Amino acid sequence: MKSSVITFPGSNCDRDMDVALKKFGFNNKMVWHDDNELPKSDLVVLPGGFSYGDYLRCGSMASKSKIMQSVINFAKSGGLVMGICNGFQILVETGLVPGVLLRNKYLEFICKNVFVKLDNKENTYFKNLNKDILEFHIAHNEGNYFCTKDQLKEIKDNNQIAIYYCNKEGKIEDQYNPNGSIKNIAGIFNKEKNVLGMMPHPERMIDQSLSGEDGSIFFKNLINNIK
Amino acid sequence: MEVNEQIAIDHGLKSDEYKKICQLLKRTPNITELGIFSAMWNEHCSYKSSRLHLKKLPTKGKKVIQGPGENAGVIDIEDGDAIVFKIESHNHPSFIEPYQGAATGVGGIMRDVFTMGARPIANLNSIHFGSPQHKKTKNLLRGVVHGIGGYGNCMGVPTIAGQTSFDSSYNGNILVNAMTLGLVKKNKIFYSKAAGLNKPVIYVGSKTGRDGIHGASMASASFDEKIEEKKPTVQVGDPFTEKLLLEACLELMSGDSIIAIQDMGAAGLTSSSIEMASKGNLGIEIDLNKVPCRETKMTPYEIMLSESQERMLIVLENGKEEVAKKIFDKWNLDFAVIGKTTNSKNIELFFNREQVAKIPVNILVENSPMYDRKWKKSKLPKKNKIKNEILNKLKIKDVLKKILSNQNICSKEWIWQQYDHTVMGDTIQKPGGDSGVVRVHGTNKAVAASVDSSAVYCWAHPLTGGKQVVAESWRNLISVGAKPIAITNCLNFGSPEKEENMGEFVECVQGIGEASKYLNFPVVSGNVSFYNQTKEVGIKPTPSIGGVGLIKDYTKMISMDLKEIDNLVLIIGKTEGHIDQSLFARTILDEKNGPPPEVNLFNEKNNGETILNLIDKGYVKSAHDISLGGLLVAISKMCIKGNKGIKISKSKNLINEIEYFFAEDQGRYLIEVNKDDLKEVTKILNKNSVHHEELGIITQNDMIINEKTKVTIDELKSYYTNWLSKFMS
Repeated sequence: MKSSVITFPGSNCDRDMDVALKKFGFNNKMVWHDDNELPKSDLVVLPGGFSYGDYLRCGSMASKSKIMQSVINFAKSGGLVMGICNGFQILVETGLVPGVLLRNKYLEFICKNVFVKLDNKENTYFKNLNKDILEFHIAHNEGNYFCTKDQLKEIKDNNQIAIYYCNKEGKIEDQYNPNGSIKNIAGIFNKEKNVLGMMPHPERMIDQSLSGEDGSIFFKNLINNIK
Repeated sequence: MEVNEQIAIDHGLKSDEYKKICQLLKRTPNITELGIFSAMWNEHCSYKSSRLHLKKLPTKGKKVIQGPGENAGVIDIEDGDAIVFKIESHNHPSFIEPYQGAATGVGGIMRDVFTMGARPIANLNSIHFGSPQHKKTKNLLRGVVHGIGGYGNCMGVPTIAGQTSFDSSYNGNILVNAMTLGLVKKNKIFYSKAAGLNKPVIYVGSKTGRDGIHGASMASASFDEKIEEKKPTVQVGDPFTEKLLLEACLELMSGDSIIAIQDMGAAGLTSSSIEMASKGNLGIEIDLNKVPCRETKMTPYEIMLSESQERMLIVLENGKEEVAKKIFDKWNLDFAVIGKTTNSKNIELFFNREQVAKIPVNILVENSPMYDRKWKKSKLPKKNKIKNEILNKLKIKDVLKKILSNQNICSKEWIWQQYDHTVMGDTIQKPGGDSGVVRVHGTNKAVAASVDSSAVYCWAHPLTGGKQVVAESWRNLISVGAKPIAITNCLNFGSPEKEENMGEFVECVQGIGEASKYLNFPVVSGNVSFYNQTKEVGIKPTPSIGGVGLIKDYTKMISMDLKEIDNLVLIIGKTEGHIDQSLFARTILDEKNGPPPEVNLFNEKNNGETILNLIDKGYVKSAHDISLGGLLVAISKMCIKGNKGIKISKSKNLINEIEYFFAEDQGRYLIEVNKDDLKEVTKILNKNSVHHEELGIITQNDMIINEKTKVTIDELKSYYTNWLSKFMS
C-alpha cells in the first residue's frame, strides 16, 4: 500500500506519521509542499504541526500550497485523504470538510490523552474496528470545532461525524470535551467518507512505551481495509 | 557622535573599563566600536565576575566530548551517538515581557544546540515566580508558560520535564531557565572555530531589525522603577522561522560546506563574528550594507547590536555558496555573503564603502575585564531545637494535606499540559516524574534529563546547597534507571557587586564543583545570570542544575507509580530527622532559620549506584527519590500515580513520627520490590553497606499511616492536584 505525507514549511509531525505508516506496512513517501504532482498513493496524509507558522489562520496558507491542488483533485476523485491536527485545520480551509476550528475554549494549548467514540464505521477508516472507544492523544491550541446549525444538521444527516470526545466508558458529555468543540466533535468526514479530518494524533499511540497502543489498532485496521 | 566617558557609562561600562578601552585601542573608540565593547564586556557576555570561579568546576570526563566554551556541551552516549545540551537563563526579558522573554529563551537555547549539528529532541525548563499573593505572579506565570509552549510546541520539540517554584524573593525578578538536548552523530558535530583565509562569511535566517538592541546589557543590570522603559530591549521570537532555520541548517550540515557556524544570540552579529574569529585566531571583515535588514536606515551601530532572533553566521568553504544558497532559498530564508575571513586578526566593519570600525579581536576577548570581586563567607547556621510537645500536637493528616497542596509541591499539570510533550514520538516518561525520558530515535537507548534547584537550601548555606542540587539531579536520573553522565548549570544570583551575593555565588559554585567531582558528574555547559535584583533586593541564590543520563535498554526504565499490590516499599538511605529548612519547617512551624540537610557524597554515590545495580538486575518495580517535603510526600506521589495504597509499618526508627515523615534528609529513595526478591535485594544492599528499612506493603487503596490515621487515594489526589489550576482560574 502506498501512502504520501505532505511536508509544509512548519509541519512537525510529518516524521512521526512517516514512522507510523511504515511501521504498519505502508510504503510511504514524503512529498514537499512545493511539488506539483502527488506520487501514486492509496492514502494521502496532511500531518500535524504549524504550517506557515499558523499565520493568518491555522491551515489557511497551507491550503493554498502548490501540492494542495493535486491533493484536492485526488480527494475529489475518491482518494483517501486524512488530515491530523494541523492537517485537519488545512482540510477545513480547503473546504474538503465542513466547519472551522477555533481556539480552544480555555485559550490554552492542551496536550493529553483523550478517549474518542467512533460514530460511523461505514467507511474505510474505521470499518471492521473491533473497538468503539479509542484512547488517542491530542496536542493543539485550535481544536475547537465549530459549524453553523444548518451545517451541523447536514453533517449529522449525512453521518459525517467521525469521532466524539468521551470518557473511558464512551459517555459523550461536556466535562470530557477538552476544547469546547460543538457536540464534542473530534473528527469529521466529507460526505463521501473518503476524507477524514481529526484533531487527535493516532501516530503518537503506536507503542506501549508511548502514550498507548490504540493508534496501532487504528493503523493496522486501516491498512487492512485499503488492501 | 563624539564618544566620551559619560556615553560609555550610559552603555553600562565602568569608568576604568572605558579608560582601558582607550588605552588598548590607543585612541578614543567611535560610537559603533563603543557599542561593540559594551556588548562584549557586559557581564552576560564576558563573565567578568564569574570566570575566575567557574574555572574551578570539573569539566572533563571519559564521556565528555565538549565541555564549556562552545555553544553547548557534548557527551558521548555510545554507538557513535552524542547528546548536545545546555541550559540558559532568560530572566530579565521574561520579567519585562513574559511571553516574548520566555519564548525567545527557548528559541535561543534550541539554536545553541542545533548550531552544533544536533537535532533538538527534548526541552526542559526551570521557572521561578514570586509569592502567589503578589499581584504580578499570575500574569507572569501565564505569560511565561504560554511563551515556552508557544515556541517549543511550534518547533515540534517535546518539553519533557521542568521545575516550578514560588518564593517572595522572586517578586521583582522571576527566573526563566530553558534547557535543550539535541542528538548528533559524534563525527558530525559542528563548532564555532573559523579556519582558513578568505573564506566567505554567510548570514542566514531572519532579517535584522531594531529589536533587542542592548538586550545583553539590559540583562547585566539590576531593575528599578524605570523597568517599563526597557521593553524595547526584549527580542521578539518567531518559532516558525526558527523551525525553517533548523531544517535548513541540518540540511546544509549533512554536506561538507560548513567550516564554522555560530548562532546570533546575545549581542547578535557582534558576539557571533568576534567569537568565530577569536577561536580561529583570524580576522573578519564584514560589509554591513550586505546584512539583510528589516527596517530602513539602520546604522552600523544598530546592525551590530540588534538581537533579532533566528539568525546564524556561517563560515563556508570557498565555492559552496551556491549549494548553500539553494537550501536556504528552498526554506525561504535570507542568505547573504556579508564578508570574509582575513589574516589581520581585526574585526573590520564597512558601511557605504567606509570603514566604520576596526578593533583587534584579542582586545575584545582576551583583554576583556575579569574581576576578583569581594565576597563574604557564610556560616553554617545553628540547628533549631524543636520541642517534641510541638510536634506531638500536630495531626499527621492535616500536615500532609497542607504540604501536598503547597504551591512548591503540588502537581504542575496545569503547566505541562500546555507543552507538547509527546511530539517526535519518543517520549517514554512524561513531565511529572523524576526525570523526563526520550528514546534515542530508532535505537534501544533512551536519554533521561531533569532540572533541579533548591534556593532555600542555597540561601541557608550556599556550600551545602550547591552540593545538594547536584546530588538531587543525580538522584532524579537514578530514579528512572539512568546512569548519570554530566550536567549543565544556570547560575542565577543577585548583584556580584554586593559581597553577600557574590559570596553566595562563590560558595554555591564550590559546592556544585565538589559534588560533581565526587559523583563524576562533570559540568559541560552553562550560563551565569547576575543582577537578578531589584534595587537593593536580590533573589535567593538559585543555581539550576540540568542533569543528563543514559538508559541503555529503554524497556528497563523505571517510573514512580506503584505497580503491584503486596509488593514492598523500601526506604533507601538513613532518615535522621533533619527538619530545619524543610518545607515542613517553613509551612507548618513557620521557622525559616537553621542549616539545610547535610549532603554526604559517599552515601549519595553508594546509594545511587547500588540502586542502579538493583534496577539492572530487574528487582526494582518503581522508584522515587525523597526530596522536598520528605518521606510521606514521596510515598503519596507514588500512590497517586499508581492509584494504589500502602500500609505503612511502624517505624523502628527512634525519632519522632513527624520528623520521620517530613524530614528532608538527603541521599534517600523509595523503591518497590517483590516479596520474593526481598532476600536477594537485602543481600545486595547489605553487601554495599546501604542503609535500608521497610516502609510498608502496597495495598488496593488507602494510605494507612498508623493505627489512627488513614488517607484515601482520592483524598491524596485532591490535596495534590487542585491548587495550581484553581490559582490560575
